Amino acid sequence: MKLDAKIPEGPIAEKWSNYRSNVKLVAPNNKRRIEVIVIGSGLAGGAAAATLGELGYSVKCFCFQDSPRRAHSIAAQGGINAAKNYQNDGDSAYRLFYDTVKGGDYRSREANVYRLAQVSTNIIDQCVAQGVPFAREYGGLLANRSFGGVQVSRTFYARGQTGQQLLLGAYSALSRQIAAGKVKMYNRHEMLELVMIDGKTRGIIARNLITGEIERHGAHAVVLASGGYGNVFYLSTNAMGSNVTANMKAYRKGAFFANPCYTQIHPTCIPVSGHYQSKLTLMSESLRNDGRVWVPKSKNDLSKNPNQIPEEDRDYYLERIYPAFGNLVPRDVASRAAKYMCDKGMGVGKTGLAVYLDFSSAIERYGKAAANTQNIDNPSKKEIEKLGKEVIESKYGNLFEMYQRITDENPYDTPMKIYPAVHYTMGGLWVDYELGTTVPGLYATGECNFSDHGANRLGASALMQGLADGYFVLPVTIGSYLAGEIRTPQTDTNHPAFVEAEKSVKDNINKLLNIKGDKSVDDFHRELGLIMWNKCGMSRNAQGLQEAIKEIQALRKEFWNNVYVPGTADEFNPELEKAGRVADFLDLGELMCRDALNRNESAGGHFREEYRTPEGEAQRDDENYTYVAAWEYAGEGKEPILNKEELTFNDIELKTRSYK
Amino acid sequence: MKLTLKIWRQRNSNDKGKLETYPVDGITTDMSFLEMIDVLNQQLIKDKKDPVAFDHDCREGICGMCSMVINGRPHGPWEGTTTCQLHMRAFKDGDTVVIEPWRAASFPVIKDLVVDRTSFDKIIQAGGYISVNTGNAVDANSLPIDKTNAEDAFDAAACIGCGACVAACPNSSGMLFLGAKVSHLALLPQGEPEREKRVLNMMKTHDDEGFGGCTNTGACEAECPKGISLTNIARLNREYMRAAIGSEEEVR
Ligand SMILES: Cc1cc2nc3c(=O)[nH]c(=O)nc-3n(C[C@H](O)[C@H](O)[C@H](O)COP(=O)(O)OP(=O)(O)OC[C@H]3O[C@@H](n4cnc5c(N)ncnc54)[C@H](O)[C@@H]3O)c2cc1C
Ligand code: SF4
Ligand code: FES
Repeated sequence: MKLDAKIPEGPIAEKWSNYRSNVKLVAPNNKRRIEVIVIGSGLAGGAAAATLGELGYSVKCFCFQDSPRRAHSIAAQGGINAAKNYQNDGDSAYRLFYDTVKGGDYRSREANVYRLAQVSTNIIDQCVAQGVPFAREYGGLLANRSFGGVQVSRTFYARGQTGQQLLLGAYSALSRQIAAGKVKMYNRHEMLELVMIDGKTRGIIARNLITGEIERHGAHAVVLASGGYGNVFYLSTNAMGSNVTANMKAYRKGAFFANPCYTQIHPTCIPVSGHYQSKLTLMSESLRNDGRVWVPKSKNDLSKNPNQIPEEDRDYYLERIYPAFGNLVPRDVASRAAKYMCDKGMGVGKTGLAVYLDFSSAIERYGKAAANTQNIDNPSKKEIEKLGKEVIESKYGNLFEMYQRITDENPYDTPMKIYPAVHYTMGGLWVDYELGTTVPGLYATGECNFSDHGANRLGASALMQGLADGYFVLPVTIGSYLAGEIRTPQTDTNHPAFVEAEKSVKDNINKLLNIKGDKSVDDFHRELGLIMWNKCGMSRNAQGLQEAIKEIQALRKEFWNNVYVPGTADEFNPELEKAGRVADFLDLGELMCRDALNRNESAGGHFREEYRTPEGEAQRDDENYTYVAAWEYAGEGKEPILNKEELTFNDIELKTRSYK
Repeated sequence: MKLTLKIWRQRNSNDKGKLETYPVDGITTDMSFLEMIDVLNQQLIKDKKDPVAFDHDCREGICGMCSMVINGRPHGPWEGTTTCQLHMRAFKDGDTVVIEPWRAASFPVIKDLVVDRTSFDKIIQAGGYISVNTGNAVDANSLPIDKTNAEDAFDAAACIGCGACVAACPNSSGMLFLGAKVSHLALLPQGEPEREKRVLNMMKTHDDEGFGGCTNTGACEAECPKGISLTNIARLNREYMRAAIGSEEEVR
C-alpha cells in the first residue's frame, strides 16, 4: 500500500497555518451529534478529550485506572520543552525542530516535527492559564533548565513532578467538561476491541473492570491515546499497567505499526536489585545537569567506597569521549556508553551493572555561589557543603528522597549508582500529518503513535508531543474526517459487527480462563522480558534477533497452553487483565524483533552491533533506510507485510550525529 | 525474612469480608511492600487460590493508586511515603502485619484492598479547575507570579489524591484533599475570578458525597504521603467563610 502522509503544501514554517486555514469545519449543531471515543486520559488523551468537549463534540473517554488523573503521564519528572526563548539564548522553533530531528537520528517526518516545535509555545501558555505551578525565578517569571542533546535552556519544569502538574492541568480541564456533560468518563474500563463497519471505525468493545461486563460503545471516530509499550520488556520505568493492547487491537484491524523496534533505554535509572523486582525507577535526566557520570579507572577500585577514590583515579567517561556535550549527551549515547563501561568490567555495585552519578562538584559549586550571594567571607568547607546541599535539595529533593527510600543510601553524601533501563517507545501506530492511522476514523496520539521522535526521543519532548497532539493538533485535524461524517447517524451497537466483536472478546477471555495451566501470567511476562532485553535491547544483532523470534513463538505457544488465570470473567480480576495484556505483548515482541532485523543500520535507540563506526558509534545507512517501516498485519500466524514511507529532508541536511 | 500477614479479604461490595492469615517466606529487606505482596500472590496462584486484589500502578509514589492500611496506618509506618514506596526494611523477621483497605463510607470496597474513590473526582468536577478553553491563553510570562506564592501553590498541588487523609480521619473527612486543591488555585492569580464559586461548590460536593467535617485531629496531615499541611484546611475555611459571607454566589 502506498502510504500518504498528507503533508500540506508550502514552506515548512507555513504548512500548519496553511492547513488550519483550509481544513474543513464542522458546524456547532453537527458537533453535538458527533460522538468521539478517546482511549486514554494521559496528557494526550486527557487534553484531547477536554478540548473536543470544549469544541462541542460528544466525547466518551476511557481509562483503566480508577481515575483519569492516574494515567502514567503523572510519573514524568524532569520537564517539558518549548521554544519560548525566554532565556534569550538563541532558541527558536527552527532550533527546536532541528534538535529534535537530529536527536532522532534523522528518522522522523520533518513537517510533523516543525509543527510540534511551533505549537510548543502555546502549550506553556495554556498550562500556565490552567494554574500549572511551573518553577519560577525570583522576579516571578518562568524558570528553565537544560536537558540532554541540546545547547539551549528550554525545559520548563515543576520541581521533579512536571508530568504530575501537567496531567493535573489536563485532568482539571477534563473534569470541567465532565461536569458540563460534554465528556462522559469511563474509569476502570479497558478497550478490548475496535469495531469497524463498512471499512470505517465505528466504536469499541470495552470491559468494565469492576463487574467484568462487556460493553459496546459506538462513535463516529476513535482516538487512541493509550501510551507506550515499554512493558514488553517486563522491567521498565513505565507504570505496572502500561500496555500495548489498544494498539495491537487496532493493528489487527488494519492500522499499520510503525518502527516498533525503536526503544529508548534511559541512562539514569536505579539498578536492578533482585529477581522479585517489579519495576525500575527513573532518576530524571535533569540530574545530568548537575551530576557527573564516572567509573573508577582501575578495576582494583571497583568495590572501594567511591568517596575514597581520588579525582585523578576516576574516569568521567562522558566528559572524556564527548567534550562538547559532556554529561548532557542524548540518552541513547549515554546508555550505550554505560553499557560499554560495564561490559568492559568497569561497572560498580553488587552486580557490576552500575555507574556513578556524582553531585559533589555541583554541591561545591552551588555552595560557593550561595556563600557569595549571602556575603559569607571565607566559608568553611562544611558551610559550603551545607549551602550547596540546600540548592541541590531545592532542585531535586523529591528524587533524592526517592533514591534513598529505595536503596537505603544517601545520595547527598555518596554518589548515586545508576544503570540504563527501558523507558520510552518511539515506535507506535503509523499516523499521517493529521494523526490518522491507516484505518479510516481511527486516530493515534501521544506515545502510542510512532510520533515525532524518530529513532530517539530527546528528554522533555514526550510531554510536549502528548500535549501538542491532544490540545492543539488532533482537535483540528479530526475535523477534516468528521466533516464528512455529519450525515452518518449514531452508531447502531446492535449491528452484526458489534455482535461479532463482542463475541470474539468474550471467546478470548474464556479461552484464557479455561487453559488452567501451571504457570502464572507474570512467569510468562518475565520470560518474554528477558528475551527482549537480551536480544532486542540496548544492542542487537541478526543472529540474536532470529533466535528471539523463535523463542517468542515457542513462548507464545506455551502461554496459550499452560498459563493459569485464576478467578472468573464477571468479577474484578487483575490477573485476567494482565493475561490479556501479556498475550498482546507476546505478539508485539515478535514484531519488534522482525523490525529490528529488517533495519540493517544503527539509528538512535536501535543499535545493531554489525553496523558501527570504527569508534563504536552508531552507523546509519541513509541510502537504504531513510524510511519509516510500517508493518501491516497479514493474519494469524502469517508474516507481517512491510510498507515503507520514504522520508525526505528539505529543511535539514542529513549529517552524522556527533556530540563530540 | 518470614512474616505473618493478616489481610482483609472481601469478594465484592456486597460481601461482609474478613481478615485471613497468610504466612510468607523469603522476603528480603530491599523489596518494596508491594513486591512482598507480589510474592504472596504468586504463591497463591501456584496453589490455585485467589490472589489478593490491590490497587497500584506507578509504584513510584506519584499516581496515588496504591492504598493500604498497614498495621492501622494508611500507607504504613514510614512518614511521607506511599504504600508502594514503603520497603521491607521497615519490618523484621517474625513480624505480624495487618493489611486492610481504606475504610470510609465515601470509599466503598470493590474487592479485598481495592476501594472506589470516584467521590474525589466528583469534588474536582465541582470546581477544581480554571475555566479556560484550549487556545484562550495569553503569553505565559505576561503575568509574573511571586515565587513564594508559586511555591506554596505547588506544595498544595502536590496532592496525589490517594485518600489516605480520609482513611486516617475519625470523621472520614476529605478536607485535606479539598483544602489542597482550593489552596492551589486560590494562591494563583489565574484562580481569582472563580475563587468564591469554586470553594462553595466543592465544599457542597464534599459534604454531599458523605465525607465528614473537620474536627482538627490532625491525623490526615500525619498520614499524608505528600506532606500536605493543615494550613490548607485553615485556608479552605477562610476561603469558605469569605465566600459564604461576602458573596452573592449561589451554591449549585
Ligand atoms: C518515569 C517516567 C518519567 C518521564 N519523564 C518525562 C519527562 O520528564 N519529560 C517528558 O517529556 N517525558 C517524560 N516521560 C515520558 C512521558 O511521560 C510519556 O511518554 C507520556 O506521558 C505519555 O503520555 P500519553 O498520554 O501518551 O500516555 P499515558 O499517560 O501513558 O496514558 C495512557 C492512557 O491510556 C489508558 N489506556 C491504555 N490502554 C487502554 C485500554 N486498552 N483501554 C482503556 N484505556 C487504556 C490508560 O488508562 C491511560 O489513561 C517519562 C516517562 C516515564 C515512564
Ligand atoms: S491530601 Fe495527602 S493523603 Fe489526602 S489525598 Fe492528597 S496526598 Fe493523599
Ligand atoms: S502505585 Fe502509584 S503512588 Fe503507589
